Amino acid sequence: MTAIPLEHILILASILFLIGFVGVIVRKNALFILMSLEVMLNATGVAFIGAGSVWQQADGQVMFMLILTLAAAEVAVGLALLIRMKHQYRSLDIDVLSDLKGQ
Amino acid sequence: MMILAWLPFYPLISFALLIAFQRQLSWKLASVISVTTVLLSALSSGYLMWQLSFNDVTTLSVNLWQWFTLTSFDTGDTHQVNIAFYLDRLSAVMVCVVSGVGFLIHCFAAAYMKEDPHFHRFMAYMNLFLVAMLLLVLADNLVLLYLGWEGVGLCSFLLIGFWYKVPENAAAARKAFIITRIGDTALVIGLLFLFTSLNSLEINTLNTLAQGEWPLTEQRTFWITILLLGGAVGKSAQLPLQTWLPDAMAGPTPVSALIHAATMVTAGVYLIARMHHVFIQSPEVMTLIAWIGVLTLLIAGITALVQSDIKRILAYSTMSQIGYMMLALGAGAWSASVFHLMIHAFFKALLFLTAGAVIYALHHQQNIFKMGGLLKRLPVESAFFIVGLACLVALPGTSGFFSKEAIIGHLWQSPTAGPIFWWLAIIGALITSIYSCRLFFLAFMGSARENISIVKSDGVLIKASLSLLVILSLFGGWLNIDLTTVFQPLTTQVMKQEPSWLHSVAVATPFIGIAFSWWIFREYRLGNSTKIAQSYQSIQTNRVKRWCYSGLGFDSLYTHLVVTPFMFIAKVNRKDLIDQLVMLCAWYAKLLRDVAASLQNGLLRWYAAAFACGLMLWLGAWLV
Repeated sequence: MTAIPLEHILILASILFLIGFVGVIVRKNALFILMSLEVMLNATGVAFIGAGSVWQQADGQVMFMLILTLAAAEVAVGLALLIRMKHQYRSLDIDVLSDLKGQ
Repeated sequence: MMILAWLPFYPLISFALLIAFQRQLSWKLASVISVTTVLLSALSSGYLMWQLSFNDVTTLSVNLWQWFTLTSFDTGDTHQVNIAFYLDRLSAVMVCVVSGVGFLIHCFAAAYMKEDPHFHRFMAYMNLFLVAMLLLVLADNLVLLYLGWEGVGLCSFLLIGFWYKVPENAAAARKAFIITRIGDTALVIGLLFLFTSLNSLEINTLNTLAQGEWPLTEQRTFWITILLLGGAVGKSAQLPLQTWLPDAMAGPTPVSALIHAATMVTAGVYLIARMHHVFIQSPEVMTLIAWIGVLTLLIAGITALVQSDIKRILAYSTMSQIGYMMLALGAGAWSASVFHLMIHAFFKALLFLTAGAVIYALHHQQNIFKMGGLLKRLPVESAFFIVGLACLVALPGTSGFFSKEAIIGHLWQSPTAGPIFWWLAIIGALITSIYSCRLFFLAFMGSARENISIVKSDGVLIKASLSLLVILSLFGGWLNIDLTTVFQPLTTQVMKQEPSWLHSVAVATPFIGIAFSWWIFREYRLGNSTKIAQSYQSIQTNRVKRWCYSGLGFDSLYTHLVVTPFMFIAKVNRKDLIDQLVMLCAWYAKLLRDVAASLQNGLLRWYAAAFACGLMLWLGAWLV
C-alpha cells in the first residue's frame, strides 16, 4: 500500500474546511449553517486521522472519536435551538436573530 | 473708620434691592431707596472731608480684607492685594465730588426718568456706577483701582445703551466700550509692568519709592508712564481715543451728566494725579500729556463750533475741559488740575441737567437750530444755563474763572510746558467762549423757530437739584482745598520771566470771545430764520464745516485704518481657519467611530467572517 503523503491529506482537510467555512458564511438558513459546521468538524477529523496514520499513532483516531462525540452533542443542541427558533420566529433565517444589535 | 469702610457700599445695597425687586417697588420707594443710599455716601464723605480739613489727621486708611496674593516671578516674594481704602485730601475731594454731584444727579434722574418703563433698571445701574467710581477713587492699591475702573466702564456701557432697542444707541455703547477697552488694556499692561519691576502695586509704596531713590531705568519709567497714560487717555476721551465721547450722548441725559461729564471721564485725570510721583520721574511723558491735553482741547473746541446737537456741543466742551485738566497735569499744576476737575463737575453737571430739562420741555428736540427764543419760554432753565455757560467760559467771579485761571497761570513758567502751551490754552479759551455764545444765541435768543408747546415738568426735585448745582457753580471757587500735603511741586531750574500782561490777557480772553461772537453771530442773536436755516444747511454742504462737524475726520480715519481691515479679516476668517485644524482631529475620530459602528450590524455571518479574517491575519503575522 502506497503511503499517502501528509501534504495531500492536509490539502484535502483544508479544502473541506474552507468549503465548510464558506458555507457557514454564505448560507442564510440556520440548518445549512449547522451542516457546514459539521463539514468543518469533519475536515479536522480527516486531518487528525491522516496525521495519525502517517506517524503510526493511535492518538489521531482517539481524537477523531472525541470530535465525533462533540459533533453529535453539538448537533443535538443546535437542532433543539433550531426548533425553538422556528417556533419563535417562524423562520430559519439566521439574519433575523439580530436583537442584540439594539435599536 | 467704619464710615470710610461703608462709604462706597451704600449704593450697592440699593443696587441689589432694585435689581431683586424690580417693578414690585413703586416709583416713590425705588427713588427713595436709590437717592437716600447715595445721600448716605455723600454725607459720610462730607463728614470725612470735614475731619481731614479741621483735625490733625492727614490720611485715613482702612483694610477690609485680603483679596488675593501675588507671587513675583523672579524672587518668589508674595505680595498681598487687599481690599483697602485710603483717604487723603485728593481722594477726599474726589469722593465728595462723586457722591455729592452724584446725589444731585440722582435726584434729578429720579424725576426725569419717572415715566420710563425701565426706571428701576436705570437707577440700579446708576447706583452700581457710583459704587464702582467710589471704589476707584478710594482704592489703596492699583488692582482695586482697576476693579473700579472696569466697573465704571461696564456701567457706562450699560447706561449708554440703556435704550438698547434703538440700534444707534447699542452701537454707541459698543463703540464706547471697545475704545475705552483699548486704553484699559494699556493700563493693565502698565500695571503688570509696574509690578514686575517694583514688586508692589500699592499706591503709597510706589509714591514713596518715587519720592526717594527711584530704582528704575529711564526707559522703563517711560514705558510704564506711557502705558498708564494710555489708560487715562482712553477713559478721559483724550486725543487718540477721544471719538467715543460724543456718541456716548445716546444715553439718557442724567447719564451724560453723571458719567460723561462729572465723574467717570475724570478718572484718567485722577489716575495721573494719584500717580504723579511716578510721572514726575519722566519729564518727556509730562510734556506728552501737556501736548495731548492742548491738542484735544483745540480739536474739541473747533468741533464744538459747528455742532447742531446741544448734547454733542456739551460733550465736545467736556472733552476740551478735560484737555485743560490734562494740560495742567502735564505742566505739573496738580492742584489746579484737581480743582478744575471739581469745578468742572459742578458746572458741567449743571449744563447737562439743564440741557436735559430743556430737551424734555421741547419734546426731545435736541437740535439747537430748531430751538430759539427759550429765554422767554423757559426763563428759569435759561438762567441756570447762563450760569453754567458763564462758568464754562470762565467769566471773572464764577468758579470756572478761578480754576481755569489757575491752570493757565501755571503754564508759562512750567518746566514741562511753556509759553507755546500758554498761547494755545488762551486760543482754546477763546474758542470756548465763541461756541458757548453760539449755543446760547441759537437756542435761547431770537424767536421760536418751531411752534411746539412746552411740556411742563412738575419736578420740584429737578428744580431743587439744579439750584444746588447753580450755587456750587457760582461759589465753588471759594471752596479752598489745600492739596499741598498730597502733591509734590515740580522743581523749576530756570525761572522764566513772566511778562506783565500775562494775566490781563487771560482775564480778557472770554470777553474778547463774547464780543467777537456778539458781532459775528448777529443773525443768530436776532433770530433771522432764513440765515439760520442757511447756516444749518451749510454744515452739510460746506466742506470745511462738514469736516469739523465730523470731529476733524478722526472717526473716518479710524474706520479706514482699523475697522475696515478688521472687518475684512473677520470676513475672510469667517469659516475659522484655526478651527478647521482642530476639527480635523474631531473628523478623524468621527471617521473611526463610523467604521466601528458599521461593524456592529447584528449579522452573525459577518461576525464569523470578521472573526476568521482576524484569525487569519493573526496567524499569518505569527507565521511570517
